[in-house]
Amino acid sequence: MKFSFSKVFTYLFIFFIISVFFIGLKKSNIYDTKNLINQKINDFKLPALNQDSVITDFNLTKNNYTLINFWASWCLPCRDEHIYLMTLKKEYDLKILGINFKDEKKNAVKFLKKLGNPYYLTLVDDTGKSSVNFGIYGIPESILIDKELKIIKKFIGPINQTNILEIANIIK
Amino acid sequence: MKKTILSIFCFFIFVDILFANEQQIKEIEIYKNLRCLVCQGQSIADSNSDFAQTIKLVVKDQISNGKKKKEIYDFLVEKYGEWIVYEPRINKNNFFLWFLPYLVLVLGGFIIAIIIKKKGT
Repeated sequence: MKFSFSKVFTYLFIFFIISVFFIGLKKSNIYDTKNLINQKINDFKLPALNQDSVITDFNLTKNNYTLINFWASWCLPCRDEHIYLMTLKKEYDLKILGINFKDEKKNAVKFLKKLGNPYYLTLVDDTGKSSVNFGIYGIPESILIDKELKIIKKFIGPINQTNILEIANIIK
Repeated sequence: MKKTILSIFCFFIFVDILFANEQQIKEIEIYKNLRCLVCQGQSIADSNSDFAQTIKLVVKDQISNGKKKKEIYDFLVEKYGEWIVYEPRINKNNFFLWFLPYLVLVLGGFIIAIIIKKKGT
């Protein structure tokens, strides 16, 4: 049998094209932040909403687990998830740190007064620049961290009942 | 005396404009290579979304703090993953992407050489 270089090359080329499409099309193009899992929260320093104090990452090392929730009074999905945050606080005694994102102080205070305050600390990020440190690209987003400030899970979008069960399983 | 003061004044204005332009060019160059994660196929430079505006502020701050382009990309890749940069980095996952064109070029040249040789004989 005569060895045909061009034939082998053609077969190899077709195989390569099919492999590229197979791998490429199977890969999800939806952006996620899985790469943040197990990363440590970097040094952060943010002012508190209702006090003249500045809170740093050191404050979070006192809790076994902390859920960092990014919210704003103008964000409608934040209203939807609020009831679930209240459940996490009341039923699971989870420490929730709220970061008020690009919001007016008076509106934020009104929001918490009306819907209840699930946060043990509420911080302010009025420019949104500090949120980039947490890999935030929209709100609501929540990050569950442990005592060593390591990210355990990230929730993009409003927290729901399924997420509550996931969190409960982690922190039990 | 008046002339000297005026020329010093002009010199500082000129330096200021020159420096500002250099920073702006660097900013735009970086924005163009960053993907807006909440937009459909737009870069940070093209987008006016909330996310794009925040990233622009962060990039501006980092340039003002003397950070280099690579350091800014590294920071954003650490926070948002490699998806945020348009230009893929050279690492083991992107190895083929970067070197396949060269490989194909060499292989193509090799094939053409064989064909020419065959035709010659």
